[in-house]
Amino acid sequence: MNKILNVALPKGRLGEKVYYMFEKAGFPCPTIKENNRKLIFENEEAGVRYFWVKPSDVAIYVERGAADIGVAGKDILAEYKPDVYELLDLKIGKCNMAVASKANFVDDRRKTLKVATKFTNIAKAYYSAQGRDIDIIHLNGSIELAPILGLSDVIVDIVETGTTLKENNLVVLEKFQDISARLIANKANFKFKSEQIEKLQKSLAEQTENL
Amino acid sequence: MDKFILSGEEKAVFALRSLYKKYGYAQYKMSKFEEYDLYAKNKDFLVSDNVITFTDTDGKLLALKPDVTLSIIKNDKDNPDSIKKVYYNEHVYRVSKGTKSFKEIMQIGLECVGAIDDYSVVEVLYLALKSLDEICKENVLDLSHLGIVKSVLDYTKVSEMSKDEIVSCLNEKNLQGVQKVADYEGLDEKRKALLEKLVTVYGSAQKVEEELDFFAVDDNTKCAVESLKGVIASLKTLKVIDNVRIDFSVTSDFNYYNGVVFKGFVSGIPTSILSGGQYDNLMNKMGRKSKAIGFAVYLDEIERLNEDKEEFDVDVAVQYGQISIEKVNVTVSKLIGEGKTVFAGKTIPETVKYRQLLTIGEE
Repeated sequence: MNKILNVALPKGRLGEKVYYMFEKAGFPCPTIKENNRKLIFENEEAGVRYFWVKPSDVAIYVERGAADIGVAGKDILAEYKPDVYELLDLKIGKCNMAVASKANFVDDRRKTLKVATKFTNIAKAYYSAQGRDIDIIHLNGSIELAPILGLSDVIVDIVETGTTLKENNLVVLEKFQDISARLIANKANFKFKSEQIEKLQKSLAEQTENL
Repeated sequence: MDKFILSGEEKAVFALRSLYKKYGYAQYKMSKFEEYDLYAKNKDFLVSDNVITFTDTDGKLLALKPDVTLSIIKNDKDNPDSIKKVYYNEHVYRVSKGTKSFKEIMQIGLECVGAIDDYSVVEVLYLALKSLDEICKENVLDLSHLGIVKSVLDYTKVSEMSKDEIVSCLNEKNLQGVQKVADYEGLDEKRKALLEKLVTVYGSAQKVEEELDFFAVDDNTKCAVESLKGVIASLKTLKVIDNVRIDFSVTSDFNYYNGVVFKGFVSGIPTSILSGGQYDNLMNKMGRKSKAIGFAVYLDEIERLNEDKEEFDVDVAVQYGQISIEKVNVTVSKLIGEGKTVFAGKTIPETVKYRQLLTIGEE
């Protein structure tokens, strides 16, 4: 029985890269390359339906079963801990979870450390492993501003090239987790579409072997 | 009977109760409340550790049941030489992961407590498979054996912290995660391969059965593999093996569970709807000598399966004007006598969808 495989792709450049990997794996859907604002694309013959979603929402679509599989960053998976299978490291979209501060920052361990971040759970876990008392300040964007304006001592954020940090006179104190894009699957849907998912997983593993 | 009278949940409850009764399981009724202490002592056994608590008139701290199994064990005498089979059909109160607020969940399940032998284990698995069948024909039961997982982990001699990490990767089918831990622990090729195999083995019991011997590397692992193979053989004889998948990603807390653990899925529901296993270790922790195995079916998601939708709320809407009550009564009774459903009123609300409109009396 050939069922349609529902795939949630993260909107943006990473998602486009991922699509080409999926296409190579035997799940093409040419209409997706048309330049328009549509969000859903289907190729019945190849048994696949793609949809573009906000990168941080991919895990939700997959966990709730609206998508059978999807591609999400390890940062999102570590932060929200969705109940999904993490089938493969696609080794693209690589970056690091890091602690950064102003260049002249000196950590005074007698004081509670003020940490600004989008990734509250990751930051809490990182500092609690060190037994450090912290004050978390949850921000949704422009995290780099926080230490500059004295809102926080440090920030916990994703660092790719480090350019944004540098331009704002911030330095990386420690990179503590490798981040990359992962292939994730809904636990229930995996059982009923395991043949297609395993075929895809195998091809993607071959494609990423030498990355 | 009107096929829409019973909801999917209600139909499942009737079907499952009758199934369990056939196999000699007696219904176990209990109160909605339990002393909070019971849950505080066994927090990790619960799916979520949030419990609704309140103070009773005598000052005792009570909780609305988040779980049924613990109450059944607590309230029952320990009798390791005989066997007790019960089923329950109760509401439990848990925090739903999505909304992070408390939710009332209808749960039906069974427990087999006492002198558990191979037959009891197979019977419980058989009933789990039959329960899934009652709910939806397209289903899968993922079966794992904690004895195998635990003895393989012991054999590799990884640290306790790494064990937890491996179990969590196993749960995610995260092969690269397991490889990373194996490398960090400096495991040799043989031990690393064992861990990798735990993640990658997946499939129908027939397909995977042969591969299980790979795990039989010492006395403990051999014993566990034989135990799982025995279960598979019995399920084959009972002709219920088709929907069984061997999958070591089904993990449960080693402090409570041992032996077989399993999760059931049906097509169309994105989470597992059945979960169970053998929990001798929990019994032990609660000072019992008996062994025990059981499972629970969560019925709150089943409404998703009910594809049939009623097109109309009623067959006939009777709109009456200036007319005697008796005449309205006669009309309504006649229609109902013909087997129709009726909504009678001076005005018919827009929200009521009817097949036919009948106007009687002057406006």
